[in-house]
Amino acid sequence: MSETRLIPRTRPMPRIPTPSQTVGPFYGYALPFTGGPEVAPVGHPDLITVHGYVYDGAGQPVPDALLETWQPAPDGSRSGAPGSLRHDPVTGQVIGRDGVGFTGFGRIATAADGHYAVRTLPPGGVPYLSVLVFARGLLHHLYTRAYLRPDPDDALLASLPADRRGTLLAAEERPGTYRFDIRLQGEGETVFLEFR
Amino acid sequence: MTELPVALPDGLSQEQIDAEVAKVQAGADGGVHPPRDFPPYRSSTLRHPRQPLVPLRDPEAVELSGPAFGVTDVTALDRDLTRQHLGEPLGERITVSGRVTDRQGRPVRGQLVELWQANASGRYAHQLDQHPAPLDPNFTGFGRCLTDDDGSYSFTTIKPGAYPWRNHVNAWRPAHIHFSVFGTAFTQRLVTQMYFPGDPLFAYDPVLQSVTDLAARDRLVAAYDHDLSVPEWSLGYRWDIVLDGPSATLFEEDQ
Ligand SMILES: [Fe+3]
Repeated sequence: MSETRLIPRTRPMPRIPTPSQTVGPFYGYALPFTGGPEVAPVGHPDLITVHGYVYDGAGQPVPDALLETWQPAPDGSRSGAPGSLRHDPVTGQVIGRDGVGFTGFGRIATAADGHYAVRTLPPGGVPYLSVLVFARGLLHHLYTRAYLRPDPDDALLASLPADRRGTLLAAEERPGTYRFDIRLQGEGETVFLEFR
Repeated sequence: MTELPVALPDGLSQEQIDAEVAKVQAGADGGVHPPRDFPPYRSSTLRHPRQPLVPLRDPEAVELSGPAFGVTDVTALDRDLTRQHLGEPLGERITVSGRVTDRQGRPVRGQLVELWQANASGRYAHQLDQHPAPLDPNFTGFGRCLTDDDGSYSFTTIKPGAYPWRNHVNAWRPAHIHFSVFGTAFTQRLVTQMYFPGDPLFAYDPVLQSVTDLAARDRLVAAYDHDLSVPEWSLGYRWDIVLDGPSATLFEEDQ
């Protein structure tokens, strides 16, 4: 009937994406899992700890944020082994990773004081961990990056004004332990990213 | 009950919330996702960035890849929320199924779908949920599965109840199921909520109404699907999920 039907379409029409909604306050019995923050095998000689606090616009800690981290393996591979949520075949309970494959994925709920900690291995080929923030009150998650060193060749860091660049730099408190705070709003507000 | 069980500190009325929602929706820019600064959802006030997001278009970005899941990450029982305890949960048994695709309609295969929800009475199995509705000892309200080769997922669960919350006076959430979905790239990550068709609470809920575009809001509402209903067993709802955001493969095609 209509002429528009005669026009060939070379690719399917893009569809309307499903909108984001807040993770809400009650994800705690569902999303966090045993071993979620333990991305590295226990006792691995290269283990690093990245930790810090999540703060709101009044400077108060956020006790109900959920962070996810994603990164390459130390050898630079980005395929990520499965098994972050490895189950005990008898009880069906999540028992943690097998300590051999590197999944690259961490999930950490903040504690009552807004603190989180993830134990992982250094990312290969890039100086950062990708960090995703969910929280009650946040209708759409936020992406940021925790840079473990201030790489002068990094395009994102180079594009930022000096005062904002600092919000992406984790501070090495002692060898292998990095402090990375996230400020959702206000003074020292963390740089959040939009991928295009 | 004619009295509120707990007095609210500043007692904003539904009418005040509705007026704020109408104001934001009238000035909206047509985006699919909710604005992070959405005053009628009062918890958003101190938890949204004031600085604009920094745009990044980098084919080498780590975020264009993402975590993988496999047979060790789920069990066959994880998708049936009615079989996690010794007894049967109370409520209306439902089947919730759909497909996860990207914006081009390509299936998202072998990825993790997680859901969590209140029980049939509108109560979460969470110690901070103080809604005086009964807990169900036979229902936790959490499940997982992996999408199949077609991008399809399926859960058996109980229809959740509506519940009150303290955003404003007489604030009630429409019945909903929380979903967490992974794409092939970390940039496609989605946490959202699925609603049930025809719920009279839609118009009063600032969380659903935070999606200012009507067509996008409709994406959050499942459809009753008689073909998904299982005779003598469960009522079927279809809910397809379309992931936003670039992936490494999408970027190659777009060049
Ligand atoms: Fe909820």
